[in-house]
Amino acid sequence: MRAKISLFGQLTDIAGNNIIVVDDVADTDALAQAVNKLYPAMAGIKYIIAIDKKPVHTNTALNEAVNIALLPPFSGG
Amino acid sequence: MNHNTASYERYSRQVLLKEFGEAGQQKLLQAKVLMIGAGGLGCAALPYLAAAGIGNIGIIDDDVVSLHNLHRQVLFSVHDIGLSKAERAAAVLQKLNPDIIIEAFNERLAVANALALLKKYDVIIDGTDNFSSRYMINDACVLLNKPLVYGAVSKFEGQLAVFNFSINEGAASVNYRDLFPQPPAPGEIPNCAESGVLGVLPGIIGSMQANETIKLLSGIGSPLVNRLLIYNALNNQVFELELAAQTGTRNLIPAGAEAFEQTDYDWLCSVANNSFEISADKFNELRIENKPLIIDVRDDGEMPVVNEFDHIRIPLGSIPDKLPGTGNDTIIVFCQSGKRSLQAANLLSEKFGAAKKIFSLAGGILQWKYENNFKNERT
Repeated sequence: MRAKISLFGQLTDIAGNNIIVVDDVADTDALAQAVNKLYPAMAGIKYIIAIDKKPVHTNTALNEAVNIALLPPFSGG
Repeated sequence: MNHNTASYERYSRQVLLKEFGEAGQQKLLQAKVLMIGAGGLGCAALPYLAAAGIGNIGIIDDDVVSLHNLHRQVLFSVHDIGLSKAERAAAVLQKLNPDIIIEAFNERLAVANALALLKKYDVIIDGTDNFSSRYMINDACVLLNKPLVYGAVSKFEGQLAVFNFSINEGAASVNYRDLFPQPPAPGEIPNCAESGVLGVLPGIIGSMQANETIKLLSGIGSPLVNRLLIYNALNNQVFELELAAQTGTRNLIPAGAEAFEQTDYDWLCSVANNSFEISADKFNELRIENKPLIIDVRDDGEMPVVNEFDHIRIPLGSIPDKLPGTGNDTIIVFCQSGKRSLQAANLLSEKFGAAKKIFSLAGGILQWKYENNFKNERT
């Protein structure tokens, strides 16, 4: 499926946009691989994947029209 | 409530709120809140907490005011440069509200003092600026069962949540490690000093932390329990995540006070998670500086023989059971190519948690011998 992904934090800087589109991804593992291939700088960053506003911690199948977000932690105060 | 005229007048506009009322004010006056960090978040949260009449406020920060703080740390002036943030913040706030107790701790929160200090307070607010403090504070709050009002900022975005608090009694509460189980590696996530921050952003997020604290204490509204709010100052978009307790998170947190006090959070945040591997050069450096326990995890009789440095042999199948008691806080394992030793490092890490620093020689003894001999030939 084609996935539209919202980005946060410095992931936005890496992609140059706060929304990216990735094609042919069946699950979150494939999604992470595709994103890291498109933007190699993201491969070194520990972000979480949220599907429909819920973080997923194991490989999860992606259906059409799901809301996907990638969120890194922030440390600043 | 103290019904002297000044006190009554001071809080009158919020007591007027029927949802809050005199009962809400009483709860705030009896509450004890600890603000960790008197930086951008603290400078925003603290005035509202003091003004609202939180009866006892602790402020801990070991830093001093710098000129580059002033664009966001609005409690301070140019006259405060070089002075303790905690003490200067307390002095300003005490003028704002002389009727409450404000205590400044001009020291760094560390595993040695965290539990004793946090124990005294009803709500803990995290306004720190680094991951090792954030993970330490989270773990301490879990161990002490204290609500934690979390806030963090980066450039134009802020995160906010209430951790370790259940709306329904008995329900599992969520903590920071349910969201981000392990700290990022150094350099992975830039801090404010590296990436910058819009001055007003910690003002917004810190004010929201004060709001969450006041809601928690007075019992009004719906605090951000089991939710993470992300605010973008550039487009005013707010994104919310629903959080749930994860199985396994508890294993990442020290089991009790003793284990907590032995945890080296700076070290946890100084190495990539599960990145036990070190290069041959780093191995040589650690071998001299840390006097580690070095373990060959190959089976008996495997070649090449290693006689260049002291070590013991415990085959992978016997790790960690056959491990002798050791006072060394650093253990380095090696094998032929680095694969078995990586498994051994994982096993040792499960056994010791953060109590010991565990490393695996990348590329194994073959790579080490190659690099050392190669270098010897060249020099």
